[in-house]
Amino acid sequence: MPTVGVKRDLLFKSLGRTYTDEEFDELCFEFGLELDEITSEKEIISREQGDSKASGASDVILYKIDVPANRYDLLCLEGLVRGLQVFKNKLEAPRYRRVGPVSGEPQQLIITKETAAVRPFAVAAVLRNMTFTQERYDSFIELQEKLHQNICRKRSLVAIGTHDLDTISGPFTYTAKPPGEIRFKPLNQTKEYTATELMALYKNDSHLRHYLHIIEDKPLYPVIYDSNGVVLSMPPIINGDHSKITLNTKNVFVECTATDLTKAKTVLDMMVTMFSEYCSQPFTVEEADVVCPDGKTCKYPELAYRKEKLSSDFVNRKVGINVSTEKIAQLLTRMCLRSEATGVGDEIEVEIPPTRSDVIHACDIMEDAAMAYGFNNIPRTTPRTYTVANQFPINKLTELLRQDLAAAGFTEALNFALCSKEDIADKLRKKISDTRAAHISNPKTAEFQVARTTLLPGLLKTIAANRKMPLPLRLFEISDVVLKDETKDVGARNSRRVCAVYYNKSPGFEVIHGLLDRTMQLLEVKSAHGEGYHIQATEDSTFFPGRCAEIFVRGKSVGRLGVLHPDVITRFELTMPCSALEMDIEPFLGHTAEASLTHDVPMQEVLKHKFITQDDSSPAPSSRPTSTKTVFGDMSTPAGLKALNDFLADKSYVEGFVASQADTAILDAIPSAPSPTFCHVLRWYNHIKSFQRERASLPSAESQFVLPAAPPASTDDASDDDLDLFGSDDDAESEEAARIREQRLAEYAAKKSKKPALVAKSSILLDVKPWDDETDMSKVEECVRSVSMDGLLWGQSKLVPVGYGIKKLQIGCVVEDDKVGTDLLEEAITAFEEYVQSVDVAAFNKI
Amino acid sequence: MADTGVVETLLRRIEKVDDGVDSLEAASSLGVDHQVIVGAVKSLQALGDVISAELRSSKHWELTDEGKEIAEQGSHEARVFSSIPLEGLSQSELMKLSFGKIGFSKAMSSKWIRVDKAHEGGPRIFRTVDSVEDQVREKLLLVQKNSGSQLEEKDKNELKKRKLLSEVTVKSYWMSKGNSFSTTITKQETELTPEMIANGSWKEKKFKPYNFEALGVAPDCGHLHPLMKVRTQFRQIFLEMGFTEMPTNNFIESSFWNFDSLFQPQQHPARDQHDTFFLSDPALAHDFPQDYLERVKKVHSEGGYGSQGYKYDWKIEEAQKNILRTHTTAVSARMLYKLAQQEKFTPVKYFSIDRVFRNETLDATHLAEFHQIEGVVADYGLTLGDLMGILHQFYTKLGITKLRFKPAYNPYTEPSMELFSYHEGLKKWVEVGNSGVFRPEMLLPMGLPEGVSVIAWGLSLERPTMIKYGINNIRELVGHKVNLQMVYDSPICRLES
Repeated sequence: MPTVGVKRDLLFKSLGRTYTDEEFDELCFEFGLELDEITSEKEIISREQGDSKASGASDVILYKIDVPANRYDLLCLEGLVRGLQVFKNKLEAPRYRRVGPVSGEPQQLIITKETAAVRPFAVAAVLRNMTFTQERYDSFIELQEKLHQNICRKRSLVAIGTHDLDTISGPFTYTAKPPGEIRFKPLNQTKEYTATELMALYKNDSHLRHYLHIIEDKPLYPVIYDSNGVVLSMPPIINGDHSKITLNTKNVFVECTATDLTKAKTVLDMMVTMFSEYCSQPFTVEEADVVCPDGKTCKYPELAYRKEKLSSDFVNRKVGINVSTEKIAQLLTRMCLRSEATGVGDEIEVEIPPTRSDVIHACDIMEDAAMAYGFNNIPRTTPRTYTVANQFPINKLTELLRQDLAAAGFTEALNFALCSKEDIADKLRKKISDTRAAHISNPKTAEFQVARTTLLPGLLKTIAANRKMPLPLRLFEISDVVLKDETKDVGARNSRRVCAVYYNKSPGFEVIHGLLDRTMQLLEVKSAHGEGYHIQATEDSTFFPGRCAEIFVRGKSVGRLGVLHPDVITRFELTMPCSALEMDIEPFLGHTAEASLTHDVPMQEVLKHKFITQDDSSPAPSSRPTSTKTVFGDMSTPAGLKALNDFLADKSYVEGFVASQADTAILDAIPSAPSPTFCHVLRWYNHIKSFQRERASLPSAESQFVLPAAPPASTDDASDDDLDLFGSDDDAESEEAARIREQRLAEYAAKKSKKPALVAKSSILLDVKPWDDETDMSKVEECVRSVSMDGLLWGQSKLVPVGYGIKKLQIGCVVEDDKVGTDLLEEAITAFEEYVQSVDVAAFNKI
Repeated sequence: MADTGVVETLLRRIEKVDDGVDSLEAASSLGVDHQVIVGAVKSLQALGDVISAELRSSKHWELTDEGKEIAEQGSHEARVFSSIPLEGLSQSELMKLSFGKIGFSKAMSSKWIRVDKAHEGGPRIFRTVDSVEDQVREKLLLVQKNSGSQLEEKDKNELKKRKLLSEVTVKSYWMSKGNSFSTTITKQETELTPEMIANGSWKEKKFKPYNFEALGVAPDCGHLHPLMKVRTQFRQIFLEMGFTEMPTNNFIESSFWNFDSLFQPQQHPARDQHDTFFLSDPALAHDFPQDYLERVKKVHSEGGYGSQGYKYDWKIEEAQKNILRTHTTAVSARMLYKLAQQEKFTPVKYFSIDRVFRNETLDATHLAEFHQIEGVVADYGLTLGDLMGILHQFYTKLGITKLRFKPAYNPYTEPSMELFSYHEGLKKWVEVGNSGVFRPEMLLPMGLPEGVSVIAWGLSLERPTMIKYGINNIRELVGHKVNLQMVYDSPICRLES
């Protein structure tokens, strides 16, 4: 928010009365300004540079007033006074007029085509017969500076030059030249410089150096000459000394050069409307002609008055008041928006003056009416909006877990989401390239290089900063880390983690392990392989060798715990042993009956919008597939539906915790709405049907649930147990669960196997096809896995249906490039002739 | 409990004298260690006003072990001197003696002996004087005899420096009869035991009084972070008011959702490198709802929906730039867009409390990341008065009832209001939040129906927390430099009180 400093006594003189500080503060508040500080030049200097420098400085009282960032018309004393006087009904808003010159032709500014590459636009105007005083002059300079800092975006969009017109003679030329060819005496310097020299000179200028970058690396620099070759200015850096304004200047030539024409016009309007007050004909501005490279001539300043019509009902309805049309017109007039009731219904015609470039919509006018009415006079009402509150599930879980972790004796820490690369890599004995970290391009310090990928460094730093506290220290944090994720629109996502550390004279692995057990108890996960949780020894460079375990929940890895590596401890400036636990908590989200919000937005707009012109571009959503066969069995049979019903008894979706393509695929496989006997299917069916409209935007399925339509011959094939997974009630579910688990393990392994390693390795996915549907696939797998070579590591596998009941074995492996080749592998596998028909490389990735 | 024998003897001794007994004297006359007497005094004091004991301390000088050795056998230098025969002694021989090394240098500096380095068979040491006066020993003997009262301070300090003397402070008690003096004492029980309850003996026993002045034992427990406690309260308030929580777990956001969708122009200062964290990896966002993007582009560059627009060249490249979100309003924008895609508009009330990021200069009250609290209501026909009404209700729950509104500017709300509340302590109005009605240029391109207004407000979580818990430096509250003692000691959070 820009701050304008004005001399109090001068302000009161212009306002025609004095105020106490409190009264003036109150007036500002009402008008949307803020009296930020009451001070004096002396006070400012003594505060910034010490008392000694301040002696002799003026002790005239200054008001520092905060002005809203879009009100350029209030950036100087003249504008402030005008605004407040009109607001207080003491003055009618002046009417700004553009006039022709009293004699002769208008001043001309000719833009050459060379400017196109650096700063293509320019506008100009003339203030005739001005009377400057020291105060007016100061304000005139100050306004340029304020405009430069705000709307002009530090001169990058617009730069203003003001010149004593009587020292120069038009027509003026705005062109661009190589810096070596521009030579002039710049403002307040004693000799001439070339532009190249100037750039070097201003490198150390505390003020001007901030603008050099705008043109520095351009081949041509913008420059304005008069008809005698006198340099007016080299925008956006400096004016020439020749045409500088003095207290005796009568006629002022104002030029604005710009990269944004709209803003240039606004800035020029602002300059001339504010200071035409001091012309012999107040509020008139002499026009200037600007000739564009294409030969077109435009007259400036525009000083355009725009008319808008709105109804008083609109204002009343939006603000929540009940005021007559005439009264609203009066209110608006007090905001420098001259308005009157047109007499047609409750219509009001509003005239927006050139000073109010901030008014771009009827809602801006409505706000001004509300301000003039007085925000604090508006009755406060309660909307009748009826809604039911929902918590965001992951936050709800976080809240509940936090309470209980504190009850378990751990103290909550709260660390920054940003940190240095070192924190998440070197200090943890990891490589930054392995972290999936999102990197910040413009950090001011090393503390903000990356978004954290783990909560552990924060907790260790918290301990380091609290070493004086009695041991043991038990800390935890439940918060988000950020990981790169290509499936997201922004390429990254948050992941909610819990992390805990125990710091004492002994490592206390049992304490951290106990906390894991307690957490699992709180999350209702039993200690068991398979459906429960278990931990399994693993190696991780952050942890002490042999003292790290991976946490598996329902077969899926969710995190790690262990005793930290001594190097990690010392790198965080700690001295005691420390054990730690970190895991994802998103896998523990239950299902909610209510659909919870996500920040993924639909990419496709469908149906209702009037914006959409193309007719029905998206295909009809429910094109029924030819197959009713799914992994749950045939959806056209009661057995299949029953299997699905059992599956859905405790699940909301076929896969994961949100509706996905897996759901819609199965939905489409069901020929008609299921009978109420299958209550779970029916519930799910209705729920998924409600997504029909946005089905295209649902996340894709992780695995294939609907099987390709089989030829009639094999439909009745009873031996095809794959299609009848749920034939028997009891085993069925666990088999399905086992299958999903296997698959998740496979995904995990695949993910894990993609991690880079020191030796050149590749991850290979092989498709092994059997001879026919009667081949024992478990035997196939056994054979494949029996192939062993140095540098070959078999990964997870799964059976993928290829049609006609035939399934192929998809098996992953990691090979060291130097030792194992694909041809070698293929040869070895095809050697099992009786089972294997062919081997193909489905995917080959260097890791 | 000290030895009862000593206690009783001590009591009888006190009974006999009129004024009192010194514990040191008592110890030496009873032939027990002084600590035994001190123990007896402590246990008598615990019984109440049986005796009065006044703590006295006295200082005296004592010889250290080395000092005692010297007092007995003479100083090292004197011993060196006396061990040198007239014909001299080889230096290596001398150094073999226990006192050789120290004594040699001292004796040299006192010029009692000399070394003949050129002597055949190695350096040899000879006496230079006939006899010496062992002053050190004499001084030490003086101290041993009468505690060194005759010795000068300078000498004492010199000897102290040589670790031959040490100053000892002796604490003793001056014991005299107390108000309830008695030579017979009944032992008082400290605690009720299960046995006493079982056999009823508690009825006969006397119990030691508790010291209610002392603090209890601190419970062994974990603690929640104060900022998170305040967050819990704000969540609670929103839930009480029927607001649904928005999914704000996406710190990385595209400029499109963070700025463009909010009708914040691409040259806006907030989009400057100095104010916002941009990402180098992943640098750009993809996948924008294409139709919506076109409408956003149009309203910025040309206007529409009754607006003049900003009239500039809107660039997709600028919108694609990934940043760390500067406000949670980016999520509100996504939610409102999503709401607009519903078949039929339904009113919503949303809230969120989560982290936002600013590439700002840090000081005692500003960090590069902080928590933003945000509330949003979308419905047909909401007015500015409704916004004020909701804010009044919300702040009343925070214990703030005196509210007033100042017109303000914000690129995506119109009208915009800053909220001020009267601070009784500071005796002035202080800013407590920001609010406004979302601009039509933001809502209409999303596809929300014309008559729907969306009102919103926001504040930071840190500021009310710092006020609530009296914290002046934000770094002591948030981040790893947190003062854990402050976390341990912080009370529960009741915002309204």
